[in-house]
Amino acid sequence: MERIPILQMGEFLLVTIQVDMHDRLAMTLQDDLTNRISQTSANGVLIDISALDIVDSFIGRILGNIAKISQVMDAETVVVGMQPAVAITLVELGMSLTGIRTALNVEKGMALLQATVGSSANAQFTATEWDLEDDAED
Amino acid sequence: MADLGNTVVWTDEGKCPMEMTHSSKIPEILKTHEAELLSEWNQELVATNTRKGLIKEAELQVECREFLKLLRIAAQSGNLSNIQASEWREVREMLTSISRSRSHKGFTPTETATFIFSFKRPLFDRLRQLLHDPTEIGDEIWQATDLLDRLGLMAVEAYQKSREEVILRQQEEMMELSTPVVKLWDGILALPIIGTLDSARTQVVMESLLQKIVETGSEVAIIDITGVPTVDTLTAQHLLKTVTAARLMGADCIISGIRPQIAQTIVYLGIDLTDVTTKATLADAFLMALKRKGTTITRK
Repeated sequence: MERIPILQMGEFLLVTIQVDMHDRLAMTLQDDLTNRISQTSANGVLIDISALDIVDSFIGRILGNIAKISQVMDAETVVVGMQPAVAITLVELGMSLTGIRTALNVEKGMALLQATVGSSANAQFTATEWDLEDDAED
Repeated sequence: MADLGNTVVWTDEGKCPMEMTHSSKIPEILKTHEAELLSEWNQELVATNTRKGLIKEAELQVECREFLKLLRIAAQSGNLSNIQASEWREVREMLTSISRSRSHKGFTPTETATFIFSFKRPLFDRLRQLLHDPTEIGDEIWQATDLLDRLGLMAVEAYQKSREEVILRQQEEMMELSTPVVKLWDGILALPIIGTLDSARTQVVMESLLQKIVETGSEVAIIDITGVPTVDTLTAQHLLKTVTAARLMGADCIISGIRPQIAQTIVYLGIDLTDVTTKATLADAFLMALKRKGTTITRK
């Protein structure tokens, strides 16, 4: 059966969609990716859709769902390389995919992931520090 | 009135039954008196031609001769009431091309129609000379008027159509020219929009901006609406769509050049721009874009 490969790069997962997405493939990807995130406890997911020329409302929804599921499992998701035609289609369909991070290409997406994961780690760290100070004051 | 059997009854096509029974004399007259008609028509045209600078007399003569020849051939078919029929095709084509060239040369619609209508006097003179029965003259003149009026209207229609084509072409060109995407800095694009944003233009604007974002790999795009005269809910919706599409592709959009009145309108209309970064001027937006890229400008 046809599958979309999910590659591991350090603490991130990389999904590159190189074929036309059909409904069953999208559902399989959703399952596979969720399993892989839980197996590898990855911090970030990067989905490259630069080769995707055609989307319909279903694929758009699945893309949104995948990103949200990953976020629920504590992995930052970045969708990269969306084609202009795809972006226009999604907007016209009323799917603005709010809450999903985007980047122009894989390189910039990777940098964004690193910055986000890094800064969130820092934020946690500072927050803990703050809490400690608060505690100390108390 | 004579007895009921002779009462003239008009059919659906607007044809008089008389012309069905015995055919019109006009084709015959066009055939036998072509040369005289041509010279009289020419004189008529030269006399009424007030725009000698626009068309040469020789050219006018050639057009007349050609048109009269085609008219004669078409009239031989005996069909004088329906110029949409296939035997009138060549006349229609000739007339269309004449009207088209008239419109390009700068003639008015009246002058274009006069080309056809001025043929009435020579033709009517001829009918009066050759026919003697008043009823027959009346019938023939009616038929001739009907035919020439149709041809004249067709000429005006063709004239107007060619004018509309010009307007349409200019609109398209304006649309192409009015949406340039400018690269301000490495990774910063600007899109100055001038004129009203309607749906068709937004489509062009959106496509060219998104395409340019892909080509240049720009992370920031500034949409400057200083040149947009009014912003209504539809325009705002178009702008938001463009911003959302750019965001989906991974680029940030800044809207700049919102004038005081427009800012007031936006608020009164209840348009929600909270998800969009807005700046008062293009310069402010550019500075912000630079800052976002980690670049600063200092005076030397």
